[in-house]
Amino acid sequence: MHRRPALASLALYAALGLGAFVMLAPLAWMLLTSLKTYPEILRNPPAWLPARPQWGNYATVLGGFAYYRFFLNSVFVAVMVIAGTILTCCPAAYAFAFYETRFKGLIFGALLSTLMLPAQVTVIPLFRAFAGLGWVDTYLPLIVPAWLGGNVFGIFLLRQFFRTIPRSFLEAARIDGASEWTILWQLVVPMSRPAVLTVAVFTFLWSWNDLFNPLVYLQSESLATLPVGLLYFIARAEQLTGGSFGQVPWHLVMALAAVMVAPVVLVFVLVQRRFVESVASSGVKG
Amino acid sequence: MNRSRGETLWFWLFAGPAVAGLLAFNVWPMLYSLWLSFCRYEVLAPPEFIGLQNYRYLFTHDPAFWPSVRVTLVFTVANLPLAIAGALGFALLLNQPVRGRGFWRAVFFLPSILPQAAFAVVFGYIFQADGGLLNRALALAGIQGAAWTTSPTWALPVLIVVSLWSFGYPMVIFLAALQDVPRELHEAAHIDGADGWARFRHITLPLISPIIFFNVVMGVIGALKVFDLAYAFSVSQAQPMPGGPARATLFYGLNLYQQAFGFFHLGLASAMAWLLFAFIAALTYVNFRAGRRWVHYGD
Repeated sequence: MHRRPALASLALYAALGLGAFVMLAPLAWMLLTSLKTYPEILRNPPAWLPARPQWGNYATVLGGFAYYRFFLNSVFVAVMVIAGTILTCCPAAYAFAFYETRFKGLIFGALLSTLMLPAQVTVIPLFRAFAGLGWVDTYLPLIVPAWLGGNVFGIFLLRQFFRTIPRSFLEAARIDGASEWTILWQLVVPMSRPAVLTVAVFTFLWSWNDLFNPLVYLQSESLATLPVGLLYFIARAEQLTGGSFGQVPWHLVMALAAVMVAPVVLVFVLVQRRFVESVASSGVKG
Repeated sequence: MNRSRGETLWFWLFAGPAVAGLLAFNVWPMLYSLWLSFCRYEVLAPPEFIGLQNYRYLFTHDPAFWPSVRVTLVFTVANLPLAIAGALGFALLLNQPVRGRGFWRAVFFLPSILPQAAFAVVFGYIFQADGGLLNRALALAGIQGAAWTTSPTWALPVLIVVSLWSFGYPMVIFLAALQDVPRELHEAAHIDGADGWARFRHITLPLISPIIFFNVVMGVIGALKVFDLAYAFSVSQAQPMPGGPARATLFYGLNLYQQAFGFFHLGLASAMAWLLFAFIAALTYVNFRAGRRWVHYGD
């Protein structure tokens, strides 16, 4: 390529820098607000920076109001959902990648078509069924679908990756007497570690961020996951704080929002390259 | 053992749970909700068949149905062109030889994977009439800001703007498509004297048009799925009813949820679910057909 003139180069980086600033500004404001005192958030014109960072706000929300519980609830649900997804999506992806059988294409097509379905389309019959089983107000409606290959995107992504493994590897292992189960978990999955990791991350995001399903299926406040907990906190702030703040204590709300956002940012920083690339390839070459 | 029979057995052992999940959590609920959509069903009494009355009620009497269609439509029409343009614009910038491409890409992508509920609450605070960052910043410039979040005029535009932070998926897909555009084409056109715009217009755009179409369809489906953002926004603004003020942010998916779990009109909500399903199925079919016609498969 020919070299760009310096001016064009400057404009390019200015545009990128401005874009990045705008993208990150809401997060920065969330963090700054979460470290302020209540008088500081009321100040007008605004106090841009906290005079002294109030890390105690986090202790107040998580400890004082016991919102660490909602964090642990979210972690528990996410871990169970990820475990179920990996344990059932890997075999399913293996089956679709390596076996030939009748109806395989039809079943795979049916699975993929569910990717387009919003949760609202199936929620009413599912709610009725889960209520009949006595599962409403437990974590089972959130977890059990994951243990039945509920992450179709995961199956798809893993299958694409598995298919790049030469069949001769599998045949060699079979001749050595390895069972299909062994080949899957001791050969194919270890060779596909990046894809399995990506699926785990996708599953984590989906479970951690989800507001809709917990809202539908969980009724006891003590079971709430973080997204529901955040909304409880806003709705009950006055009650929780004994009315000591005239209006919504936004500094505490932002601290709780930051607690919810932080693990997502952390996971993303660790795996972003691979993660973003898998999004790109699944969209275009799918 | 017969080789192909063995394969069939293993196929069903391995794919069985996923197929069971497909039947239990998708196929059966779809069929059952079709039946419910023809019923009066309000939890206490068992479902009672009433033919097409739910659909007729939705189209002719329901005070919330058309407003929720309108909200979703306005959101799509206003948000999608901006989001697609933003995604394509930043993808074009990142497709330049630029230092730290991975870093920029990650920054622009990050907001797209954050919990929408948290995002809605943060923006709910920023757009607060009294004490929000936006109005305080405007006040410094001597401008009196509106009551953005509680005004029926402004609440939906606020959500449209907030959603502009989430263009990461289309951006990344555009970027991958741009990197597949053969460089020789650009170089040849450059030699022939085509300027940057002409090369974009006559080389890049035609080659990525299927991707634009794909992203538009995914964007429309995304608008139909909006729930977390609008619900959390309503709660953070202490709206008495999700989708307020005055149904200004009552997205289709939120309306469906309200009908089902707020008012327990489960039959009516099932009819809404089936209309949604039919629309998405049609859209997916069109996407698939158009994809076959448009996509340029290289060698």
